[in-house]
Amino acid sequence: MDSDEDFGMSSEEDVLEDSENDNESADGTDFGIDEPEPDLGYTQKEQVKKEKKTFDTTFKVYHPDDIQAQQDDLIDEVNMILDIRKEDAAILLRHFRWNKERLIEDYMDRPRKVLEDAGLGPSTTGPPKLEVIRGFMCDICCEDEPGLQSFAMKCGHRYCADCYRQYLNQKIKEEGEAARIQCPQDGCKRILDAKSLDLLVTSELQNRYHELLTRTYVEDKEQLKWCPAPDCQNAIECGIKKKDLDRVVPTVACDCKHRFCFGCGLADHQPAPCDLVKKWLKKCADDSETANWISANTKECPKCNSTIEKNGGCNHMTCRKCKHEFCWMCMGLWSEHGTSWYNCNRFEEKSGSEARDAQAKSRVSLERYLHYYNRYANHEQSAKLDKDIFTKTEKKMISLQTASGMSWIEVQYLNSASHALQTCRQTLKWTYAFAFYLKRVNLTEMFEDNQKDLEMAVEALSEMFEKPVDELANPKLKVEIMDKTSYCNKRRVILLADTADNLANGAWEWSNGH
Amino acid sequence: MTQKRISKELQECLTTPPAGIKVNLVDEGNIHNWNIVMDGPADSPYVGGKFQLLLVLPTEYPFKPPKINFKTRIYHPNVTFDEHGSMCIGILKSDSWKPSSRIPNVLTAIQQLLLEPVPDDAVEQGAAQKFKEDRKAFDKEARDMTKKYAK
Repeated sequence: MDSDEDFGMSSEEDVLEDSENDNESADGTDFGIDEPEPDLGYTQKEQVKKEKKTFDTTFKVYHPDDIQAQQDDLIDEVNMILDIRKEDAAILLRHFRWNKERLIEDYMDRPRKVLEDAGLGPSTTGPPKLEVIRGFMCDICCEDEPGLQSFAMKCGHRYCADCYRQYLNQKIKEEGEAARIQCPQDGCKRILDAKSLDLLVTSELQNRYHELLTRTYVEDKEQLKWCPAPDCQNAIECGIKKKDLDRVVPTVACDCKHRFCFGCGLADHQPAPCDLVKKWLKKCADDSETANWISANTKECPKCNSTIEKNGGCNHMTCRKCKHEFCWMCMGLWSEHGTSWYNCNRFEEKSGSEARDAQAKSRVSLERYLHYYNRYANHEQSAKLDKDIFTKTEKKMISLQTASGMSWIEVQYLNSASHALQTCRQTLKWTYAFAFYLKRVNLTEMFEDNQKDLEMAVEALSEMFEKPVDELANPKLKVEIMDKTSYCNKRRVILLADTADNLANGAWEWSNGH
Repeated sequence: MTQKRISKELQECLTTPPAGIKVNLVDEGNIHNWNIVMDGPADSPYVGGKFQLLLVLPTEYPFKPPKINFKTRIYHPNVTFDEHGSMCIGILKSDSWKPSSRIPNVLTAIQQLLLEPVPDDAVEQGAAQKFKEDRKAFDKEARDMTKKYAK
C-alpha cells in the first residue's frame, strides 16, 4: 500500500468526521470538556453505529420487565373494556394470540362462544379456593380419606390438591406448558388461570409458569422475537414481515451486543437475503467436501456426463451407465486408440479435444462454486477467530496501558479496530455467498469492486493489528490503525448501502436458479 | 399414592375388561407391567388373531401416559412392523393425555385403531399407501400376516 492512497483515505476521513461533529452540535448534544470522548477512532465507531443507513432496520430492544409490562397493560385494557376478571382477560388474550382488537370484536359479537373456545366455559364469580368436601374421592389417586383438600376450577371437575399439584408440576416443569394447561379431566378443555395456579403451587413453580407465559407472549407476536444469544432474555420488536424478506435484510442488534437477522434468527448475514442464505448453507452442507473430492478425483463421461471415479490403473474406461468406451488420459474414443492399448500417447485427436472441452465446461460450474465457497469459508474461519482476537486485544490494551502510560480511553482504538475487523469479516463472508448467486452484469462488477475494496482494507488493518505491543504504542501506527479502522467501516457501509438499495429496487439479477 | 389408583384400575380390568380383551400381570409382584391379549375385531382383517401387547405404567402414572406396544407382529399403518410394535395414537400423546384418562379407554382406542387405521398419521408408509390405494390388497396382506403371526 503506497502512501498516496493512505493520504487520500485520511483526508476523506476528516471530511466525514467534520460533518458528523457538526451534526452532533446541531443536535445540541453536549460534548463538554469533562466528557472523556476525545479518542477519534472510538467516537467514530459509535457514530457509524448511531447514524441511520439505508440498510439499517428499525427495531426496539425489550428487557424482561418491559415484556411483562406490555402484557399487563393489554390485560388491564381488556379487563376494563370487557369487564371480566384479569385472569380471564389474560387467557382470552393468549387464546387470540394477543390480538386485542379481534378479541374485543369477537367478544362483543358472541361472548359465550369466545369464552367456550378459550377454555373458560360458563363462569360464576368468586376467587379460587381449596375445599374439603364430605365423601369426596379423587379420581386420579383414588384417595378418599376424610379431610382431603380438593380443588376444582369453574368447570367443577374436582381433584385432590396433591394430584393437582403433581399434574401442574408435570405440565410446567417437564412439558414446559403454561398458556394452555387444561383441567385434568379427560376431555375437559377448560384452561387453568394464573390465580388458580398461584393458589396451588410453590413460588418456584409460579415463577417458572410466569416465565413460560411471557415466552408465549413473545412467540405469539409476529413482530417480536427472542434474542437467540445464549442466556439473553431480551426480545426485539421489528416491523419487518416475512414477505419483505426478499427486499431487505433486517439485521438487528440486541443490547447484549449480539447482532442477528430478524427474519431468520441466524447471525448477521448482510448483504445476503435470508432465502439465499438458507440455500447457500444447504448447498455448503451437502456439497463442500464432496465437491472438493469430486474435483480432485473424478471426470465426467464424455458421452452421458455421469461422474466417474477411476478405480484402477487401466486407462480404458467403460462408462457403467451408457457403456461409452473412452480413454481416461485424453478423453477420446477408445476405438481411435487402435493398437496402443492401455497406453495413451496421443493428444491431437478430434474426439479427444472435443471431449476435453466438454469436460472443461462441466468443471467450470464446480470450480466456480469452490471459488466462492473457499473465500466464504476463509472469512468464516477468521470470524471464528474473532473471539481470540478480542481477548488478545483486551490483553494488548492492558499491557499497552502499563507499557506506554496511555490511559484506558487512549487505548480504545484497538477495541474499535477489533470490532471493525469482526463486523467487516462477517459482511465479507456473506458477500461471497451473495456473489455466487449473482448473474454477471454491470451491477455485479460494481459489487465486486466494493467487495475488493473492503477486503483489501480489512486485510491491511488485520496486518497492522497483529503487530507487537511496543510497535502498537507508536503514535504513528496508532493514527494509521485509527484511519484504517474508519476506512474499513466506511467501505462496509458503502457496500451494504449499495447492495441494500439494489435489493430494495429488485435490481439484482440472480443465476443458479435463485 | 399412585399405587392405589393402579390397583383399582387393575382390579377393574381383571374382573370386567373391555370386550375382546384379557389382562394379566407379566409378573405378579409388579403392578406396572401388564400383559394384554386383544382379539382381532370382527369386521377387520385382523379377525381370528390374538394380539399380545405390553403395557407399561411409568412411575409418574397417571400424570404421564402409559406406554403400550404390540408384542405380536401386526400389519397396520399405525404400528411399526418390527419387534417394537410401536404405535402412534392420540390419547397417549402428552398433550392429550389427562391424569383422569383410564387404561380401558386406551385399550378400546387401540381396538378402534384396528377397525379404522389412520393412514395420514402412519408410521408404516408402505402399509398406509396400500390402505389408501388398494384396500383389497391391504386387507389380504393384513389377513395373511394375522394368520402368520397372531394365531
